[in-house]
Amino acid sequence: MERDARVCVMGEDVGHYGGSYKVTKDLANKYGDLRVLDTPIAENSFTGMAIGAAMTGLRPIVEGMNMGFLLLAFNQISNNCGMLHYTSGGQFTIPVVIRGPGGVGRQLGAEHSQRLESYFQSIPGIQMVACSTPYNAKGLMKAAIRSENPVILFEHVLLYNLKERIPDEEYVLNLEEAEMVRPGEHITILTYSRMRYHVMQAAKTLVNKGYDPEVIDIRSLKPFDLHTIGNSVKKTHRVLIVEECMRTGGIGASLTAAINEYFHDYLDAPVVCLSSQDVPTPYAGTLEEWTVVQPTQIVTAVEQLCR
Amino acid sequence: MSAAATKIIQPLPLNSTTTNRSPHKALFNPLKTIPISSFPASTRKLRLTKPNSPHARRRSTSVFAVSDVVQEKKPTFNTFFPNLLITKEEGLELYEDMILGRSFEDMCAQMYYRGKMFGFVHLYNGQEAVSAGFIKLLKNEDCVVSTYRDHVHALSKGVPARAVMSELFGKTTGCCRGQGGSMHMFSKEHNVLGGFAFIGEGIPVATGAAFTSKYRREVLKEGDCDHVTLAFFGDGTCNNGQFFECLNMAALWKLPIVFVVENNLWAIGMSHLRATSDPQIWKKGPAFGIPGVHVDGMDVLKVREAAKEAITRARRGEGPTLVECETYRFRGHSLADPDELRDASEKAHYAARDPITALKKYMVENNLASEAELKVIEKKIDEVVEEAVEFADSSPLPGRSQLLENVFADPRGFGIGPDGKYRCEDPKFTEGTAHV
Repeated sequence: MERDARVCVMGEDVGHYGGSYKVTKDLANKYGDLRVLDTPIAENSFTGMAIGAAMTGLRPIVEGMNMGFLLLAFNQISNNCGMLHYTSGGQFTIPVVIRGPGGVGRQLGAEHSQRLESYFQSIPGIQMVACSTPYNAKGLMKAAIRSENPVILFEHVLLYNLKERIPDEEYVLNLEEAEMVRPGEHITILTYSRMRYHVMQAAKTLVNKGYDPEVIDIRSLKPFDLHTIGNSVKKTHRVLIVEECMRTGGIGASLTAAINEYFHDYLDAPVVCLSSQDVPTPYAGTLEEWTVVQPTQIVTAVEQLCR
Repeated sequence: MSAAATKIIQPLPLNSTTTNRSPHKALFNPLKTIPISSFPASTRKLRLTKPNSPHARRRSTSVFAVSDVVQEKKPTFNTFFPNLLITKEEGLELYEDMILGRSFEDMCAQMYYRGKMFGFVHLYNGQEAVSAGFIKLLKNEDCVVSTYRDHVHALSKGVPARAVMSELFGKTTGCCRGQGGSMHMFSKEHNVLGGFAFIGEGIPVATGAAFTSKYRREVLKEGDCDHVTLAFFGDGTCNNGQFFECLNMAALWKLPIVFVVENNLWAIGMSHLRATSDPQIWKKGPAFGIPGVHVDGMDVLKVREAAKEAITRARRGEGPTLVECETYRFRGHSLADPDELRDASEKAHYAARDPITALKKYMVENNLASEAELKVIEKKIDEVVEEAVEFADSSPLPGRSQLLENVFADPRGFGIGPDGKYRCEDPKFTEGTAHV
């Protein structure tokens, strides 16, 4: 925002309140009420407004207070955000960033626990990235803001409290690249967002049991970084996908299809995909725990795959 | 006073909470014959609110502006005809624009039935006064956002007829390279921000363009940025959430936008009266604290007067206006619509109020132009439209390599392929496969 005066933020409670998860804390004091715009509760319209502003020269960042609320903006995200560059024959660019907290939290109930990446992934013309660490959150955010393409940045409700040392100097990450978290030889585990931590927890157990998993945080949900993923598959010949998306039509489903299509010859076993159950996330803590993939399930799956 | 005194047109004041119809008559009763008023003079007296009357104090928003502006404007009019609303040049410009709109749309119908254009084509015949009345007042930097009935809005804004026709034929020389089609007319050069297929989805985009104008003035400190955005949409859209949400936001932040309702009484086969609890759309403006105006959309001069005021308000930073134009489409909703539900007498009533015939009559009767001069314009436009068709016909169809262009402004968005290179760097990629 300091570097480019055209960058502005729009969303509910992003200004005076500092954002529902304080992502935009104090920005309104620094940049004013117009650059950090508190909108009325009208997701479809303010997302469309951001798109119109982007078409006319601004670089808005739209916050969905919870990603789930952006379901109300589906019309604008699909029809206008994704498609207008194409239908206008390339005349108008839509350099918006649409971001917000999503994923399963702590007993937030079904509607506040949604994973919209599966719904948005078919929209042509958008890119989707998911951050998972303070380091990649900053780098991906900057990359998304500077990109001429519309980017949807998925943050996770449970990851806002992470602390990490990050470089003082400016850095921008690559939107299309995956992140090698832990190199290994025996199996490729592909994951993103919060599940990365469940995977790493499982990895500790697996290492103790003598396994050497390669963990890749795919980060780019659309498009997939087939180079990093492919090199890994060619090395380990086994793939486990661990995601928080629903089983049906999720990112894992698309990733499985892509891996089978491109790297079938390199696989020694079918691709296994661990996803959340196809249920509305229950409120009860025990049920919620069983909805998402837990580290013990990951350990079991790796053991089975590597047999 | 010259004989033209009786032809003074004074539009309804912006705060009009009454209309000049008798309260017992239904406002829009398509089946009932409404006495036809001769264009442009209305035989009904319009009540103007004086600036200091108690009525006028109801709102703090600029309610008095209309009468002031109209009264102020009188001395600057054509010195020979001080009571006319337009000069000869302005009249000819409006006439030419409306003739272009009409001829173009008629040619579209011809071309469609000859198999040159396809899909859903929505023609604007009959509504030309709204497009000409509003858009001819704009600067190039002002933005226009429309619906699927957008050909004439694009033409009025300055997009060349050949570019629009080409787009309709699906050729690469179209304004959107053939990728948009009838319902998605865009022009960066002329600031036409679409062309949208879903009703209502253009209104937020228009609100955003207006937001940019305000942002440029207040954040980027471009003090002279007074660009205005016009959002055109129909009666059906006024029951849609996006309409209300954007009226609220535009009013809240005093965005430089004019919401123009082209109320042609029908949303495909749904009569406005059957779909709307309170059919007087202009009334919905004051609910958000903005002026709501009703204007005769078949009368280009009345539209222009209302438009002038609304656009000036917006330029001055006073915020949005809702202008409801009562208009009519002479053809069906689209070229695929059999148009069986509309009553013949309703169609006849509005056909008699054809905006082009009316302006012609006004100009001739007030000696602003001769029939011969107008005929010259008509002939010129005929040639323009013919040339547009020839151009479109002889233009090339898009090749395979165009398929994947423009999906992303930055084609790195297609991602990194298995070989480590960005897919867009692969020369074979532009052959247009969908494998990404």
